[in-house]
Amino acid sequence: MTSNNSHFVAPIEETPLQATDAVKTDQAPLSLWADAWRKLRRRPLFIISALLILALIVIALFPGLFTSTPPNEGCELGNSEGAPTAGHPFGFTFQGCDVYSRVIHGTQASLSVGLLSVLCVLVIGVTIGAIAGYYGGWIDAVLARLGDIFFALPLVLAALVITQLPLFRENKSVWTVVFVISLLAWPQMARITRGAVIEVRNSDFVTAARSLGVSKFGALIRHVLPNALAPIIVLATLELGVFIVAEATLSFLGIGLPQSIMSWGNDIAGAQASIRTRPEIMLYPAAALSITVLSFIMLGDAVRDALDPKSRQR
Amino acid sequence: MRDKEMTSPDVRIDEAGTTGVRPLLEIRDLAITFKTGGGEVQAVRNAHLTIMPGETVAIVGESGSGKSTTALAAIGLLPNNGRVSGGQILLDGEDIAHTTEQRMIELRGNTIGMVPQDPMSNLNPVWKIGYQVRETLKANGRPSGPDDIAKVLSEAGLPDAKRRANQYPHEFSGGMRQRALIAIGLSCQPRLLIADEPTSALDVTVQRQILDHLETMTNELGTSVLLITHDLGLAAERADKVVVMYQGRVVEAGPSLELLRNPQHPYTKRLVESAPSLASRRIQAAREQGLETADLLAPAAETAKSDTFLQIQDLRKVYKLRQGLGKATDFAAVDGVSFDVRRGTTTAIVGESGSGKSTVAKMVLQLEKPTEGRILFDGVDTSALKPAELFKFRRRVQPIFQDPYGSLDPMYNIYRTIEEPLRVHKIGDQASREKKVRELLDQVALPQSTMQRYPNELSGGQRQRVAIARALALDPEVIICDEAVSALDVLVQAQVLNLLADLQANLGLTYLFITHDLAVVRQIADHVCVMEKGRLVETGSTDEVFESPKQDYTKALLNAIPGAKLMLPPEVA
Repeated sequence: MTSNNSHFVAPIEETPLQATDAVKTDQAPLSLWADAWRKLRRRPLFIISALLILALIVIALFPGLFTSTPPNEGCELGNSEGAPTAGHPFGFTFQGCDVYSRVIHGTQASLSVGLLSVLCVLVIGVTIGAIAGYYGGWIDAVLARLGDIFFALPLVLAALVITQLPLFRENKSVWTVVFVISLLAWPQMARITRGAVIEVRNSDFVTAARSLGVSKFGALIRHVLPNALAPIIVLATLELGVFIVAEATLSFLGIGLPQSIMSWGNDIAGAQASIRTRPEIMLYPAAALSITVLSFIMLGDAVRDALDPKSRQR
Repeated sequence: MRDKEMTSPDVRIDEAGTTGVRPLLEIRDLAITFKTGGGEVQAVRNAHLTIMPGETVAIVGESGSGKSTTALAAIGLLPNNGRVSGGQILLDGEDIAHTTEQRMIELRGNTIGMVPQDPMSNLNPVWKIGYQVRETLKANGRPSGPDDIAKVLSEAGLPDAKRRANQYPHEFSGGMRQRALIAIGLSCQPRLLIADEPTSALDVTVQRQILDHLETMTNELGTSVLLITHDLGLAAERADKVVVMYQGRVVEAGPSLELLRNPQHPYTKRLVESAPSLASRRIQAAREQGLETADLLAPAAETAKSDTFLQIQDLRKVYKLRQGLGKATDFAAVDGVSFDVRRGTTTAIVGESGSGKSTVAKMVLQLEKPTEGRILFDGVDTSALKPAELFKFRRRVQPIFQDPYGSLDPMYNIYRTIEEPLRVHKIGDQASREKKVRELLDQVALPQSTMQRYPNELSGGQRQRVAIARALALDPEVIICDEAVSALDVLVQAQVLNLLADLQANLGLTYLFITHDLAVVRQIADHVCVMEKGRLVETGSTDEVFESPKQDYTKALLNAIPGAKLMLPPEVA
């Protein structure tokens, strides 16, 4: 044992002194988004969901590439609940239409309802949430109560009431469904935005910007919102899936898209008649719906992990 | 306070002890490895450490030096991705680095106690203090009745312990929470207490009380203490031996005073030179020289203008504290504060948390409106400024904030961050702004390649230099530093303080320096205002206040600077 009181000095050549606080210049600069992208790129969850979503988008934009049967054509009652044949791999519906073609053409309606609803919800929810969170006080109180009112309405019940209004009863379209969904779903987005904005608004960099002469609103747009984006993006991705389900639910109940528009919800509703004899007619649109929703939710999870500030290097 | 006279006998006891007594804790060749995304990283290498029974040993080092990791290894609480990859940790001869978790559970609390760093987050907010003490006592099979709990708490210096035991952590102040944590750490009378920065979150006067009390208690119980700290002055004052760690290695170890007076390793030398609590008036002296050259260069009219630049008159700020429905009480955060700041000088406002010093800064920056009183900036009352005038005022007065991690927008790269003030004030075009940003980076001694980087890629000191560059972008006349160096490691802190002093000399800046750290004040300030509970208790030149403080509060603050007395002998010699 060495003497307890000795004065130990490490060999200097083994412990070289480095410049105090030198800037590391060995790595390429990384922004938050570049960093998130680098992390996402390597995650199987992201790759699978992104490929699926890409495929869905291509199907939605160019359904003609995947099926030669145009929608709502070639339906012959003679084929009712017919088994798969050449060129009709999924068989026929109760009405004698080609199931495969209907599933392919239904993609467009489902995706567009989902995307458009998310866009509307983003515009309404982020604006209201950001104003409420950033300015606080009575504005916040009023907007928060307003949000609570819409939050308390059950989707199906409210949709039933709204779609029975004369204006909507007459001209059902993708837009009416988007309107109903956005009207009922924005408070969730507003809440998340409000929370994120409150978290950021007291940061020193916002105070610093204000004391540089940036206006209060300018600081919200330039500094607060960009830093509050991560949870908003995650929620938007997750909600895309949720809204597609909502559209299917409404269409299934007959209060969503009109029969003239092909959608998975309508298909599932139509397949009810054959559920005992040919359950697989319902299986195909339902599977398409599940895969779509699952890929958006997986994407949301992957994005959430990638944007998690805790996992970021300081 | 322990100073030279008191430590010497202890040292002698240790000398006698080395002949026969076995060390309580002996760390040999310790290596600790962490698994990270980028592979295995060695956090600690070849660490040696010996603690004799009853001895206090301090590990000193900057953040990331491995000091806390070493301590956590000694109590077997390394994070899941870390492991001891070499060497031994011998507790009374038993290797606890490679023992079972069962054995470690037996040892923790009973034999090795721990006082963690942050009193705010280390007590469970949903349980009463008494319950949390009882948990420890029960886990180690000790009597845990209400009286035992009260005894443990009162021994840690909590007055009225019986009643206090029934309170929740949020009802305790920071100092009281730290006492409760010390009570928990020492409740089972361990033979070794690991104190990881036990007072770094507390005010200096509270820090002193807590450390004094901890010392008395551990002396009575004969407990050995392993103290982890970043403050060399504090370590030297409280410990018998100091171990200096740097980049995961022990670079120097020895008796405290010996190490302080005769540092051998270049890193220790650097630390001793920079430790603010041990500081002389080095920077001020350097700066005075700088001022002289600036004076020589400046036209005569400029020097004549060296008058009162910023006048604070009877400043008062009252906040309404809500107390249930409709009820509100007034709380004066700042109460009747008046002082002057002269052009080209540094005025420091010193105070503990809650003294209202930051509120004064916010009012001077026009981020808060004073309830009463006036702020005259260059002879103009700032409260009467119209928006356009306020916009111009912002060009002349710029802040630097405390938290280097919070004051830069993480979404902006360094170029955009420094360029923002120029863009907001519509100064110059793209090319001239880029040139200006490059100049500013040179001024704060950052390489120009930093421009494309993001704040998360820089260290705390580098971020603070970016914040300084941003503040300088508009060529301001006054810079308000709100705890601008408090969050930095000592060496980096010294570097930033030097930078600030150089900039003042070159650019004739006026600083208003808000800080809780008197040691820093002595390094940088010409004038000091001491604040306590919203009131100004003492003002004067730095020399006056430090050499002959008039108020008891100022004296208490000065006495509480750790290690303040330690360096006096060598200076005399």
